[in-house]
Amino acid sequence: MSSKQNIGLFNRKLAYQATIDSFSKLNPAQLIKNPVIFVVAMGALLTSLIVVSDLYHHSYSAFNLNISLWLWFTVLFANFSEAIAEGRGKAQAESLRNNRTHTTARRITGESETLVNATDLKKGEIVICEAGDLIPSDGEVIEGIASVDESAITGESAPVIRESGGDRSAVTGGTKVISDRILIRITTEAGNTFIDRMIALVEGAKRQKTPNEIALSILISGLTIVFLLAVATLPAFFAYSLNASHLPLSGNLTLPVLTALLVCLIPTTIGGLLSAIGISGMDRLLQRNVIATSGRAIEAAGDVDVLLLDKTGTITLGNRMATNFIPEEGVSVEELADAAQFSSLSDETPEGRSIVVLAKEKFNLRGREVHPINATFIPFTAQSKMSGVDYCSEDGSLHRIRKGSFESIRGFVQHNNGYYSRHIQEIVTRLAQQGATPLVVAEDEKVLGVIHLKDIVKGGIKQRFAELRKMGIRTVMITGDNSLTAAAIAAEAGVDDFMAEATPEDKLRRIREEQANGHLVGMIGDGTNDAPALAQADIGIAMNTGTQAAREAGNMVDLDSNPTKLIEVVEVGKQLLMTRGSLTTFSIANDIAKYFAILPAIAVTLYPGKNGMGVLSAFNIMHLGSPQSAILSAVIFNALIIVMLIPLALKGVRYKPVSANVALARNLAIFGIGGIVAPFVGIKLIDLFINL
Amino acid sequence: MTTHDLLQILLYFTLLIALTPILGNYMYRIFTGDRPPLGLYLGKLENLTYRFAGIDSHKQSDWKSYTLDLLYFNLTGLVVLMLMQLFQAHLPLNPAGLPNVKWDSACNTAVSFVTSTNWQGYAGETTLSNFVQMVGLTVQNFVSAATGMAVLLVLIRGLMNKCNHGLGNFWVDLTRITLYVLLPLSILYALVLIGQGVIQNFHPNLAYQTVEGVNQVIPQGPVASQIAIKQLGTNGGGFFNANSAHPFENPTPFSNFLEMLALLLIPAALTYTYGKMVGSVRQGWTLFTAMLLMLLVGLCLSLYAEYSPNPISGKLPLMEGKELRFGISNSVLWSTATSAASNGSVIAMHDSLSPLSGMVAMINIMLGEVIFGGVGAGLYGMVIFVLLTVFIAGLMVGRTPEYLGKKIQKFEIQMAMVAVLAPNLIILLFSAWACLSNQGLTSLNNAGPHGLSEILYAYSSAAGNNGSAFAGLNANTLFYNVTLGIGMLIGRFGILVPVLAIAGSLAGKNKTPSSSGTFQTDNWLFVGLLIAVILIVGGLTHFPALALGPIADHLLLNNGITF
Repeated sequence: MSSKQNIGLFNRKLAYQATIDSFSKLNPAQLIKNPVIFVVAMGALLTSLIVVSDLYHHSYSAFNLNISLWLWFTVLFANFSEAIAEGRGKAQAESLRNNRTHTTARRITGESETLVNATDLKKGEIVICEAGDLIPSDGEVIEGIASVDESAITGESAPVIRESGGDRSAVTGGTKVISDRILIRITTEAGNTFIDRMIALVEGAKRQKTPNEIALSILISGLTIVFLLAVATLPAFFAYSLNASHLPLSGNLTLPVLTALLVCLIPTTIGGLLSAIGISGMDRLLQRNVIATSGRAIEAAGDVDVLLLDKTGTITLGNRMATNFIPEEGVSVEELADAAQFSSLSDETPEGRSIVVLAKEKFNLRGREVHPINATFIPFTAQSKMSGVDYCSEDGSLHRIRKGSFESIRGFVQHNNGYYSRHIQEIVTRLAQQGATPLVVAEDEKVLGVIHLKDIVKGGIKQRFAELRKMGIRTVMITGDNSLTAAAIAAEAGVDDFMAEATPEDKLRRIREEQANGHLVGMIGDGTNDAPALAQADIGIAMNTGTQAAREAGNMVDLDSNPTKLIEVVEVGKQLLMTRGSLTTFSIANDIAKYFAILPAIAVTLYPGKNGMGVLSAFNIMHLGSPQSAILSAVIFNALIIVMLIPLALKGVRYKPVSANVALARNLAIFGIGGIVAPFVGIKLIDLFINL
Repeated sequence: MTTHDLLQILLYFTLLIALTPILGNYMYRIFTGDRPPLGLYLGKLENLTYRFAGIDSHKQSDWKSYTLDLLYFNLTGLVVLMLMQLFQAHLPLNPAGLPNVKWDSACNTAVSFVTSTNWQGYAGETTLSNFVQMVGLTVQNFVSAATGMAVLLVLIRGLMNKCNHGLGNFWVDLTRITLYVLLPLSILYALVLIGQGVIQNFHPNLAYQTVEGVNQVIPQGPVASQIAIKQLGTNGGGFFNANSAHPFENPTPFSNFLEMLALLLIPAALTYTYGKMVGSVRQGWTLFTAMLLMLLVGLCLSLYAEYSPNPISGKLPLMEGKELRFGISNSVLWSTATSAASNGSVIAMHDSLSPLSGMVAMINIMLGEVIFGGVGAGLYGMVIFVLLTVFIAGLMVGRTPEYLGKKIQKFEIQMAMVAVLAPNLIILLFSAWACLSNQGLTSLNNAGPHGLSEILYAYSSAAGNNGSAFAGLNANTLFYNVTLGIGMLIGRFGILVPVLAIAGSLAGKNKTPSSSGTFQTDNWLFVGLLIAVILIVGGLTHFPALALGPIADHLLLNNGITF
């Protein structure tokens, strides 16, 4: 599957396209969306004009030219970071869409059928798909049943069943019908399918900024204004100081120097990388086969602190497994196991298979020879609530083995004039109290014993919940089981809370309660009856196998239909916010070193001290070569750091499930302290290089 | 520096720390609806006030109508105070027969006292009548302090409300704060000060002939009552021009100690009140700790600078401009505390401090008057920085930043940036203008970097609503009266209104319960982060100007160069 393949960070084709895009993004209409980078671009333009006007007046300053060039580079690097993130996201989304662009659809209007382009389909129209057809757009099966190959979007090669009514009626554009024939009602306008929406989310120009991103933009724009003021008023203070040092006013700060100072101080690093971070968050979600329908959702994912998780599939393996055989008094355990295995040999349900396997593992029973002539398997029916086998023994007599719920087996043995003992009933009650499902086995009139069927908690899930707890996220297990069973499994899996015998209305009510208490709730669901809860939840992930109603109600769709995905989505959200915070901190911390580079450089002549140098040269603690190389080094560092941090912006900061305090301490050490130290080293090195 | 000095400083901070929870707890009780011990009588007065003024004390306002009430009240105060000065010759209690005040000076003074700045471009005893001082200035000393505390209360309510826009009632807050907190404390303080010898009378000025045969006029007046609230309410406007260096305002070492303590008393105690009201005393102590640490670092730097020998004269101690009666340590402690507290009363001439300790005073103001700061104003300014810190650092834990369970989003950041920008805009733009204009430069007494420091200090003082002066600058000119007046207004309301808006926005939000995934705002790491953000935002903004002013001044002094 296309989106599963990892696209290299600087894939050549992408890098080439991104380079071209960095230039086309110089369009002022687009630049203005990023105020910090817009200011840099204005500075670059201004310095360029000064260079040109100098040339016109037959003077030339290499310093001014250098400043101007590096300011342009700063803008281009910022554009490049956005372009490359956009390119990667688009490449992944594009490969999903490609399948569909040339699809034709068989549109049904009344009785007639017409061939139309998939992109011309309108919401509400009905199309027909037969084996071999690509489904033209997202829709809902309204008639028929078919197996559909969804590997194009999920990567899962096994076909899935899609049928009208029920919880498996939604189909996704671009997937392929491999058997049968279905009628589909198109549910989305062309250009507004999930994949289209996803592509819109990663395309810089059309992208809506997310709430937190907007708040952060306001912060860095505010800081930009503060620094603009500090720099703009500096010539006045300089004029005063020049006067006081009896120096000519012509020695005042030039525009290129002021621009350089301004650009170094404003948070260009985070300003340049902000949209790349946002886009790559979407991209990481897509890599996990989750499509978000809004950027807001992924941010909210980081905030979620209550997760509602369905028991089946998320916490336990989908099915119950046999874990033990408990014989009736007077019956050997081998006898019970043998009968249980024999009755399950052709039982293709996971429970049945688990019984066969358990008997084999425990007692090395290979299973009796199954002669089709003398053995008839009785499948489970809703009426009988039993399954089993009828066989003729060597003496020719007919025997019937049955397994099923205790009520049905009691009826069965009593019907055969057998005896259902109190001992068996005690075992049944005990197992039920442990949260297990007892399956009673009987042969003719005799009860042989009980099979202990148990929900198997997924390996590693307990540890996962412990990690979530450390991150301050509470887990609530939702199950239709009775509270006894639910409590036992909840304890085993280590969830914080559970809801037994939960109806969809219960779920919705629970979500509302949690939200009223200030919690943000995430849930994953598939059925139509999940739709209200999915819509109410702050993060509602609909499984792709689910109904269209569920997919419309949620704000994300999980193409893999894997319920544990919720946890990964939360992690992606957290990582996104962390990356923003870390780079903001880094960007602001950088300013300290830049002051130490630039301020002594610009004040080198002011107030000469005993050694003839300006007294403020005392701040030149980096011992930079010359005033001009100091300023230039700071500007170059400022530009290069954007490029160097692009991989980090795209990949996100390293994420570990730890408490807020630990995460803060670690990110602060790396990006706070690092942000103070790095530019001292970087600027010094660049200065050494310039002065070689 | 002697052991005696050290002990006194130690005693000062011990008392400050010890009194914080006591007074803080008292204010907590008042602000949450309790009445003080003498409540029965004062309560009648409270109810009478409401009935007289026609106030429905149960009515709750949202942030907008609260703000309108507050602005309406302050505007009325401004106009009344201005009119009083313009017509003081025709008003009673003017034993010295002082003439009407000029319009620009009257305007400046009115703005100054309404905004709790108490910048005094005039000399009190020779400009204003007793009537203006008592009915005008002292009243504003009370209500401007109460206004600051009321805004803080609204902010706290905003933080605590859950989806509820009712933020209290300005008139009730104003009445209760004045009646139950400021008045009792001031009366107590005034009585003790009178005991120490601060004058309180309505005599006309006394004329004497000194032994040298010179005629001298010794002004008299109701001083103690104004000094008490001037110190407690972080106002700082003295009765006399010499401010607290005048023996009638500050006669003894004990009165000096008390007045110094009063500088920080309420702002410090409010941190405890704040913690208690937001449901965690630790939150309050965290802010207190951040404030105290910054204050102590500044104090140490100032003491170091003042106790270092002058590189030119090589002499110690440097007594020029100091309060000679109380010595260097007291002068420096006062200058640090008064600049930190947005008070602005002085006992030493800040202009004569060494460049570094002058800079400490200036930085205390430039950082936004959040190191304890003005009553209420300091703490709500601090909360603005807390929000910024939470926003920047809080993202690093991977959640939408939240403070006390409230999500910090677009609107809060917008308003916080306005509040940060407003005073900095004033300081930088007006200082630059003064540097470029003749009106600005002709008022200077000193050349060289010290002159720049004087200008920077004046606008910082106005924008920070501090009110102390670096002196050396003749600010009673049209240019300075107008620009400083504008500066004081923007410095006050440019922060106050955004804070109220933030409170309004926060009030409408739900509270997220705290968990191990919550960014903690009550530990040492947060103290460090908060200080770092304050220093970086304030420092980066003003570092270039400071480098050309006090820092250059200091370096030149070390090079033996003066102007």
